[in-house]
Amino acid sequence: MLKNRIIPCLDVKNGRVVKGINFVDLKDAGDPVEQAKIYSDGGADEICFLDITASNENRDTIFDVVEKTSKKCFVPLTVGGGVRSIEDINKLLNCGADKVSINTAAVQNTKVVIESSKKFGSQCIVVAIDAKHNGKSWEIFTHGGRKSTGIDALDYAKKMEDCGAGELLVTSMDRDGTQAGYDIELMSNISSRVNIPVIASGGVGNLDHLVEGIKLGKASAVLAASIFHYGKYSLKQAKEYLDSKGIPVRI
Amino acid sequence: MNVTIVDYKSGNICSVINSFKEVAKNKVKIEVTSDLKKIKSSDKVVLPGQGSFKSCIDALNTINGLVESLNDFAINNKKPLLGICVGLQMLADVGYEETQTKGLGWIPGKVTKIDNQNGKYKLPHIGWNEIKIIKDSKIFKDIKDKSHMYFVHSYEFVPKDKNVISAITNYSSNHVCAVEIENIFGTQFHPEKSDKIGLKIIDNFINL
Repeated sequence: MLKNRIIPCLDVKNGRVVKGINFVDLKDAGDPVEQAKIYSDGGADEICFLDITASNENRDTIFDVVEKTSKKCFVPLTVGGGVRSIEDINKLLNCGADKVSINTAAVQNTKVVIESSKKFGSQCIVVAIDAKHNGKSWEIFTHGGRKSTGIDALDYAKKMEDCGAGELLVTSMDRDGTQAGYDIELMSNISSRVNIPVIASGGVGNLDHLVEGIKLGKASAVLAASIFHYGKYSLKQAKEYLDSKGIPVRI
Repeated sequence: MNVTIVDYKSGNICSVINSFKEVAKNKVKIEVTSDLKKIKSSDKVVLPGQGSFKSCIDALNTINGLVESLNDFAINNKKPLLGICVGLQMLADVGYEETQTKGLGWIPGKVTKIDNQNGKYKLPHIGWNEIKIIKDSKIFKDIKDKSHMYFVHSYEFVPKDKNVISAITNYSSNHVCAVEIENIFGTQFHPEKSDKIGLKIIDNFINL
């Protein structure tokens, strides 16, 4: 039986780990390579790096981080943030990333998704969707959640599947950093609309939120950052808890 | 001893290289090449594969003499070869991803899309799944039945002769996830991404 995945995410800026509260107010907290190794030894099913480096001159720091991590961690490594072109994807894969997540670039130019999934295979193309509820429906935001697009998130999710995305990483902008739990309705709406796996993200504050993301949100995998990063829970605790709730996990 | 990972410019083989180097330490030489002479003189060959069946076969065929060299290595000289993911699938007679494509034909059978019961199961089959070992395989030495391995694929290998199957996994239905026939090995899952237990399989292959 296929197990539900728990994916710790590390936000990386200028080669260092940070975790944002609502994407601002960042704290510095460690070396990403070391942190990733702790996670993989602790039973992470996959590791995710989100590069939030803003300045162009520091953009290459992520390649170094990915290269070092891939030599120490032998579980899948997903890298996102600032991925704009086929060349960016190629470079990350050559550094040892197993999957690349594309956010803003996919919204601006769907060809990036079509071409990259053809060139590298759907298995390594994850489309990251940042969505916010506008009272009626969910709308896509780009540029780390700063720019509204007017695009409907549910339609967009389906479109990305058709373009060749292998997975969708869905983040609720309303919940991200709040620790109030995933936006379950958003997750379940997208998950039931597409036939590719959905990774739920944004808002995890406790282990019940992970359970809800899978049971109610119908996500194949759950991503979380701060609950693991600040040591509130270990991956082992999380897995045992999910197991006790009848969710299949790799223990 | 040296092990060659065939680099035929298709897909991302970085993780395969990293994992083999990690296991080999400095005791075994890991070559990454499509050089026919080097393949011929190596002790073992790893055939990785990512992307579609067709794109991988096309990439293999682009390199003059590569298919013949692999044939020589595994079929005529009976030296150990491990196919991973599409690297396993290509051992079949034929694949149906994108379009009907002729495979290497080393293990009779076909590669078809996983029947996901009209959308009941999501594809690709991504993540950790248990394997059921159904035949003693040299690469499963010290690997417990029901170990978790990392999968990512939408197509499955359906061999004609069920005796070649060394492990199966269940997703929508049972499908083949490892084969062994004499000196030829294949895994549908990714040992290079399957944590310590995956590295053990690589270690077993290196130490054959």
